[in-house]
Amino acid sequence: MASLDDLKKRITSVKSTQKITKAMKMVAAAKLKRAQDSAEKGRPYSQKMNNIILNLSNGISDKSNAPKLLSGTGNERIHLCVVMTSDRGLCGGFNANIIKKAKSYFLKLKEEGKELKIITVGSKGNDQLKRVYGDKIIENISFKDSKNANYFDAEKVGKTIIERFQKEEFDICTIFYNQFKNVITQIPQAQQIIPLNTENNDENKSEESYEFEPDEDEILSNLLPKNISTQIFKAMLENSASEQGARMSAMDNATRNAGEMVDKLTIEYNRSRQAAITKELIEIISGAESL
Amino acid sequence: MSEEFKIDIVNPEKSFLSKDDTIEAVVPAYEGEMGILKDHIPIISFLKPGIIKIKSKSGEDSYYVEDGIIEFKDNNLTILTSSIFDLKDMERNKIQELLRIAEEETNKTEISDQTKYLSEQKIDVLRSIN
Repeated sequence: MASLDDLKKRITSVKSTQKITKAMKMVAAAKLKRAQDSAEKGRPYSQKMNNIILNLSNGISDKSNAPKLLSGTGNERIHLCVVMTSDRGLCGGFNANIIKKAKSYFLKLKEEGKELKIITVGSKGNDQLKRVYGDKIIENISFKDSKNANYFDAEKVGKTIIERFQKEEFDICTIFYNQFKNVITQIPQAQQIIPLNTENNDENKSEESYEFEPDEDEILSNLLPKNISTQIFKAMLENSASEQGARMSAMDNATRNAGEMVDKLTIEYNRSRQAAITKELIEIISGAESL
Repeated sequence: MSEEFKIDIVNPEKSFLSKDDTIEAVVPAYEGEMGILKDHIPIISFLKPGIIKIKSKSGEDSYYVEDGIIEFKDNNLTILTSSIFDLKDMERNKIQELLRIAEEETNKTEISDQTKYLSEQKIDVLRSIN
C-alpha cells in the first residue's frame, strides 16, 4: 500500500490539476458566449449569400457556360479536402471528431480511386493527419496569432483555394468542420464548396425573375469566390464556437473526475492513517501486557 | 397605402442594420447610383465604393461602403457587404486611413484595371466626405 506521504502528495497534485481544469472551464465558458454570439450573428450573411447565388444560378439559362466554380471542371478526379481544426488541444473529442469524419471520407475516396489533396487549417489537424497522410498535405494554414475568427483570415484561405482551383490543381473541394449545435453537441460536417451544391435546396427556389446589373455571368463570377470565403468564414465561426463548447464540457468532466479522485484518495488516506494508529496502539498494548 | 419597405444590411460578422420603415434607399450600384422605392422589381446588383443613403420615417442615414451586393425582392432589400461604416460615427482619421490605403492601392503597378478603377472610385468618395 502507498505510504501516507505518497497519498498526500497525490491528493495535492490531483487538487491542483482540478484547479487548472476548473479555470480552463471558466475561460472556455466565457469565450463560448462570445464565439456563439458571433456564430449566430454570422449566419444571416452566409445564408443570404447562399440564397442570392441560388436565385442567380436558377436564373442562368446556359448552364454549360456557367463559371467553373459553379458547374465544376467536368472531372471528378482530384479531391481537395480542407480540414479545419483548432490550434489548441484539451477540448475533448472536438478535433478527433473532425479527423474521424475526414478520414472515413478519405478512405471512401481511395476506394473509388480518386486522387486526394489536403489542406489543413489549424495545427491540431495537421499534427494528427501528417502521420498517415503526410504526403497528401499540400498546405497547412494556421491562425495562431489571431484571437477570434475574422473575415480577413477566411478570405486568405478562400483565396488560396481559388488560386489552386484556377491552376486546375483539383476538381472538387470539400471542407470539414464542426457545426455548433449546443454546448455538448457538435456535429462534424463535410460541405462541398466547389463546385457549389445547388440542388438540394428546392424549397428556396423562387420563380421570380430578377433584373441583373451587370449581367448574370459577371455577377456570378464575382460572387462565387466571395461565397467561398463566406462559407469558410462560417465554418471558422462554427468551429470556434464548437471548440469552446467542447472544451467547456471536457474540462467540466475533468473537474468532476478530479473531484471523485480526490474523494477516493482521501478515504484511502484516512483509512491507512487509521490503520497505522491502530497498529501502533496494538503494539503499545501488547508491549504493556508483556511487562 | 404605406410606402415603406424592409431593409437589412448584413456584414460577415453581424447583422449591421435592420429597419422596416424605409421609404427610399439610394445605393451606389455598379452602373451608377440607383434609388429604390417600394415595389421595385426584383434586382440583384453589385455595389461599388460609395455612399448608401437610407431615408426612413425616423430620419435619414448615410453609410460608406467599399463593396457589396444588393438584392431586392418582395419589398425586402438585402445589402451584403464586408466593409460598411456609418458616416455619423466615422472619424476624420478613419477616413484619412482608408484614403491612404486606397491611394497606396492605386499606386501599385501590377493591379488590374478593374481594381484600379474601384480604388480610384474609393478615393473620390472619401475625398468628397472628408
